[in-house]
Amino acid sequence: MEKKNLPYLEQVHRDGKIWNFTMAGVFFIFPVLLCIIFNTLPEWESLGKGLIATLPMYWAVGAIEVITYVPMLGAGGAYLSFVTGNISNLKLPCALNAMESANVKSGTEEGEIISTISIAVSSIVTTIIILIGVILIIPLTPVLSNPVLDPAFAQLLPALFGGLGVVFISKNWKISIAPICLMLILFIAIPALNEGTVGIMVPVSALFTIGVSWLLYKKGLLTKKEESVDNLTAMANSDEQAE
Amino acid sequence: MTFDKNHPIIFVLVAIIILVVMAQSVFFLLRALKRAKQLGMDKAKIKKTVISSSVFTIAPAISIVICVITLAKDLGVAVPWLRLSVIGSLSYETVAANNALSGMGLKLGDPGLNLNASQFVTIVFVMTISIMVGLLLAPIIGKKLQKGLISIGKKDKNWVDIFQNSMFIGMIAAFLGFVFCDFSNVFKGDTSALIPVFVMLSSAIIMALCGLVMKLTKWKWINDYALPISMVAGMALAIPFTAWLG
Repeated sequence: MEKKNLPYLEQVHRDGKIWNFTMAGVFFIFPVLLCIIFNTLPEWESLGKGLIATLPMYWAVGAIEVITYVPMLGAGGAYLSFVTGNISNLKLPCALNAMESANVKSGTEEGEIISTISIAVSSIVTTIIILIGVILIIPLTPVLSNPVLDPAFAQLLPALFGGLGVVFISKNWKISIAPICLMLILFIAIPALNEGTVGIMVPVSALFTIGVSWLLYKKGLLTKKEESVDNLTAMANSDEQAE
Repeated sequence: MTFDKNHPIIFVLVAIIILVVMAQSVFFLLRALKRAKQLGMDKAKIKKTVISSSVFTIAPAISIVICVITLAKDLGVAVPWLRLSVIGSLSYETVAANNALSGMGLKLGDPGLNLNASQFVTIVFVMTISIMVGLLLAPIIGKKLQKGLISIGKKDKNWVDIFQNSMFIGMIAAFLGFVFCDFSNVFKGDTSALIPVFVMLSSAIIMALCGLVMKLTKWKWINDYALPISMVAGMALAIPFTAWLG
């Protein structure tokens, strides 16, 4: 009864919470089960040292990722993405491409649905391909570890963001120039910025772009669009269920 | 039970967990499809989304399989299969595993690295706990973040659209910057730093050509496959670029 009265977005948030907290429990119980099955305990000192070395950096980045990516992924897409991972190199570009192709906007109910479908399909396909890879790992290893193919997979991110960049920059060129220039300067000038730290630069770049856009918007230099927010608000307020 | 990093029981546990992860994806997929039907969304649009998302995913997913193969040498097949099927990536898992191993005076890739059960579970604990924050934080603050966006929209209807585009552009700008991260090496004579730049430019040109062909021929299907086409073509061109510059 309660389910029927809940708007779609509310249902997604409620079920997302249940699923993600359950998954957190399931992931955590895996090493516990290994301890029980193999009658062992972790090396506590190494565990402590490993966590101290890893936690601060990864928890900080993880928290920033949630704040940055949730508004882009939408509710359903975010709950799925933070379980299945590979967000910036797979799930988010996949969702952005799907919304762009379907001509729907992030923040609208249609955008929310397309993003969720896209990320769910991508997660399922990824899982199946990895499963096939694991089953065929012996015959596949010499093929996929072939040095000839190494450069192709090493350049996945430049190949992905080159294409994606054209789509979004061509449509938003006014707000793109400043952040691209800033990021080029920072990545060229600071040696510590590399593949391992690009995740930290995403929110920096996003905040900078928002600031630049705000200035341009306030000066009346950006085209005004009305449709998106009306839909967003309608989605939040809607309590109608067509069933 | 005698420990082996490729023990069948580890595979069984991992398979069960991955099945639950898959169940979540199917649940959200069915929920979204049902809602799309209720809203009367165009079926062709939904079908295109499913097909283009599947096609787009293939190349990145194969690169994840390569990461599983890389980690399998030291950690067995089952744990990398789990870690890279759920939250995680090669760089993250490698750092987490090495941080756990460093406390034991070891590191991944050490010749003859042969982990015992205790060392193995230590690594799995570090990998698991360290990546939990996104998984836990998304359900805690996800709704508030969306509500925040909605409240911005209520105050200024035009700004929220620009705000979201700005976030997308910000992310893309960061990754475009990353493409140039080794660029300063070019001035020291290392031309290999140009490889990602050329790959990115090639992919961008192919994407622009796809758009041009679509406009000229009215072949709208190109729109659905332009990103996977440009990405795979860019990756393929990385092979001759590396032979030339690398």
